[in-house]
Amino acid sequence: MTSASLAEWSNAAVYASMVVLTLSMVAFAVNFSARGTRGTQRSATVTTAMPIAVAVGAGGNEPVASPVAEVIDDPRGRRAGNIGLALAWLAFGLLLLGTTLRGVWAGRVPWGNMYEYSLSSAVAILGVYLIWSTRRDLRFLGLLVTGATLLTLGLAVTVLYTEAAQLVPALKSWWLIIHVSAAAVCGGAFTVAAAMAGLYLWRERAERKNSVTGSVAKLPTASKLDMMTYRILAFAFPLWTFAVIAGAIWAENAWGRYWGWDPKETWAFITWVIYAGYLHARATAGWRGRRAAYIALLGWVSFLINYFGVNLFVNSLHSYAGV
Amino acid sequence: MVMSSPPLSPPADPQTSVTPTPPPLGAGGFLRWMWRQLTSMRTALILLFCLAIAAIPGSVLPQRGTDPVLVQEWIDNAPTWGPVLDRLGFFDVYAAPWFAAIYLLLFISVIGCVLPRTMHHIRALRTNPPPAPRRLERLAEYRRFELSTDSDLSTAGQSTVTLDAVASDLKSRRWRVSRGDNEHGGWVAAEKGYSRETGNLLFHAALIFLLLAISYGAIFGWRGNVIVREGGGFSNTLTQYDAWGGGRLVSGDALDPFSITLTDFKVEFERDESQRGSPLLFEADVIVQPAPGEEEFTDVIRVNEPLSLDGAKVFLVGHGYAPRMIVRDAEGRAVYDDASIVLPQDGNQTSIGVIKAPDALPQLGFQSLFLPTAAVDNVRGPHSVFPDADDPAMFVSAWIGDLGLDNGVPQSVYRLDTETMTQIGLEAMRPGDVWDLPDGVGSIEFVDVQRWASFQIAHDPGKEPALIAAGVALVGLMLSLFVKRRRVWVRTSQTDSGATVVEIAALARHDEADLADDVNAVQATAEGGAR
Repeated sequence: MTSASLAEWSNAAVYASMVVLTLSMVAFAVNFSARGTRGTQRSATVTTAMPIAVAVGAGGNEPVASPVAEVIDDPRGRRAGNIGLALAWLAFGLLLLGTTLRGVWAGRVPWGNMYEYSLSSAVAILGVYLIWSTRRDLRFLGLLVTGATLLTLGLAVTVLYTEAAQLVPALKSWWLIIHVSAAAVCGGAFTVAAAMAGLYLWRERAERKNSVTGSVAKLPTASKLDMMTYRILAFAFPLWTFAVIAGAIWAENAWGRYWGWDPKETWAFITWVIYAGYLHARATAGWRGRRAAYIALLGWVSFLINYFGVNLFVNSLHSYAGV
Repeated sequence: MVMSSPPLSPPADPQTSVTPTPPPLGAGGFLRWMWRQLTSMRTALILLFCLAIAAIPGSVLPQRGTDPVLVQEWIDNAPTWGPVLDRLGFFDVYAAPWFAAIYLLLFISVIGCVLPRTMHHIRALRTNPPPAPRRLERLAEYRRFELSTDSDLSTAGQSTVTLDAVASDLKSRRWRVSRGDNEHGGWVAAEKGYSRETGNLLFHAALIFLLLAISYGAIFGWRGNVIVREGGGFSNTLTQYDAWGGGRLVSGDALDPFSITLTDFKVEFERDESQRGSPLLFEADVIVQPAPGEEEFTDVIRVNEPLSLDGAKVFLVGHGYAPRMIVRDAEGRAVYDDASIVLPQDGNQTSIGVIKAPDALPQLGFQSLFLPTAAVDNVRGPHSVFPDADDPAMFVSAWIGDLGLDNGVPQSVYRLDTETMTQIGLEAMRPGDVWDLPDGVGSIEFVDVQRWASFQIAHDPGKEPALIAAGVALVGLMLSLFVKRRRVWVRTSQTDSGATVVEIAALARHDEADLADDVNAVQATAEGGAR
């Protein structure tokens, strides 16, 4: 295969993946909006977002309220969700193929400029979601995740597209693979967590107002959403810590200092501090639930500023965007 | 401030109390109240967010540490706000007192929380798990079942065998176990996952050490920049540096006496249309002498491959051109003959430089615009279109008069003070060209083009401790997030009919844990042990 046709195949795979992803998104939308036959809700006692930790020795605690039962029987929506998930896997495979071909074409890891970062980020978002979905029913999250992935890919192929070029000398290092892949997986996890936190806020509001009807009734309970947001951030936060440390080691090797408050480093630090705040907030009275979810969203915004803002608009040592 | 799970006991500590109590009267009481406020999780959270917000201006405004020239431009362009922001430290945010105040308060808050919690944790590590609470069925994970009666054992015997089996099984799986009996049967209490809190404390302690390591590096480290032309060299003494900065306790006189000669500097740039001009290769061939009299060796310094010497690392950080120029005075005497360094202004190495010939009479000065691949258009004027020296050209403007070097005010070698000088001409030159200056005051010759490389030489004794602290923090963090701290209780009792009833319950000390696996394992042992 000539290198030109490798590039064409890579682009074709990315476009095919976008088409499949669009179909997947439609399926997830149907899954979300399809009306099933609704049963009565068993109990609406859950008004607080958090599962109440049972305090031993404290005595006299109320029994833990049972979560609101999900009583919607919706075979059509379920089928649509399954189709969406299957299509998402197919899109993931195509995207992986497109990204890999791009790397083969360029003769290096496929993250040398913003276009390639965006491909890798899309792989990460979809990958984190799909791998997690093998362990849990996450069909309710499919619409937001496929939407975010499509948006990333859309930006990649329209605004950010660049021909493959060789790496600038500053990027020729093993740390490129370690540091950037860790950061990309974190980006995927932060995005999935932000989607989850957003859904939590929606569901929590509905539960607080005692109006869990319609699409919001298809979501897991607020406490479950809160828990899942925590789980994914508890995975992403140490990885982000690692990515920052790996970046510092690399910076020491390339620039002669491990930390120099370059804008990228500054925003990585800000992101780290916000997510650290999230983890602390979940353990602080008065900050759990809603406020913690807002902090998780804030962390994601900070990550986006770091990813797009610093690469495109700020003069930084990390400006390798090539657009 | 330590990431904590809700305590098992009622929230007696001020960290979790919801309404802040007003400060009591009296100095001692007030100090204690302040301390409690500072070390409370809520304060720590607010400080964390203050830290995040305080870090933002440094990424938006130019910073003295990275680009002092840009800072000056910014201030000059904003005559009202520039000086105000400058006085408030906004151009050196990460060294500003208010930034330091935030992180120091945060760290005091961390210390104030880590210390008592460490004491508490050490006590917990020495204490056996407490007996089962009276009403086990209230716990989230709860099982109750009757053992099938066994003809060989009395009920009491069956209870003992079961509890022994459970206790030894839990012990072998590294649970901390305590055991007791009462009139109805007995109980086993077990706890596991102490390393969650150990990791948590380790993480916060490591962050404190990280800050100390960074400070140590800042106090005892130094960093210098030097530009070296091809064929030139430099030795590690203060006078040879173009810029040098050291910590408070570093003496610039006692630097390691190594020296480096730049024999060759190779660069390559992308020539394909896509990303044309982006660098592909920077390589500096050097000869290194670790100390006077010691044996020399050769080395290649690349962007990601610094040269490590005793106590310092040499990094390749930049490159540019040094056109060799000869200036002759009216008598034809060479008053300047050197490769003069020009400083790049853009990605295509459009560069500017200055030549001063104080020995000419009257004194001569030149401002030069050097273009490695020259092009001229109406909009941008003369500029370079490619960073490699494909078609070098130079626009030289000549000045005559007093260079102002004798009045004792230090001058930059890259700036010509034209106040007391007169411009006498402007000329475009190619390598090999000689320009005879007007009125026979002399001539200037553009001989050829050499390159220079700039190096950063850095010594940071704090970086290894910082890396260790960061590694420990990461390990601690993972322990504190992934280890489940949980208790399991098993209690036996008798029914009226004489059968043995086993109750199993489990409790996590944080709400993220799934305890079904633990309870299943204990149940299997209890059922098996009775047989």
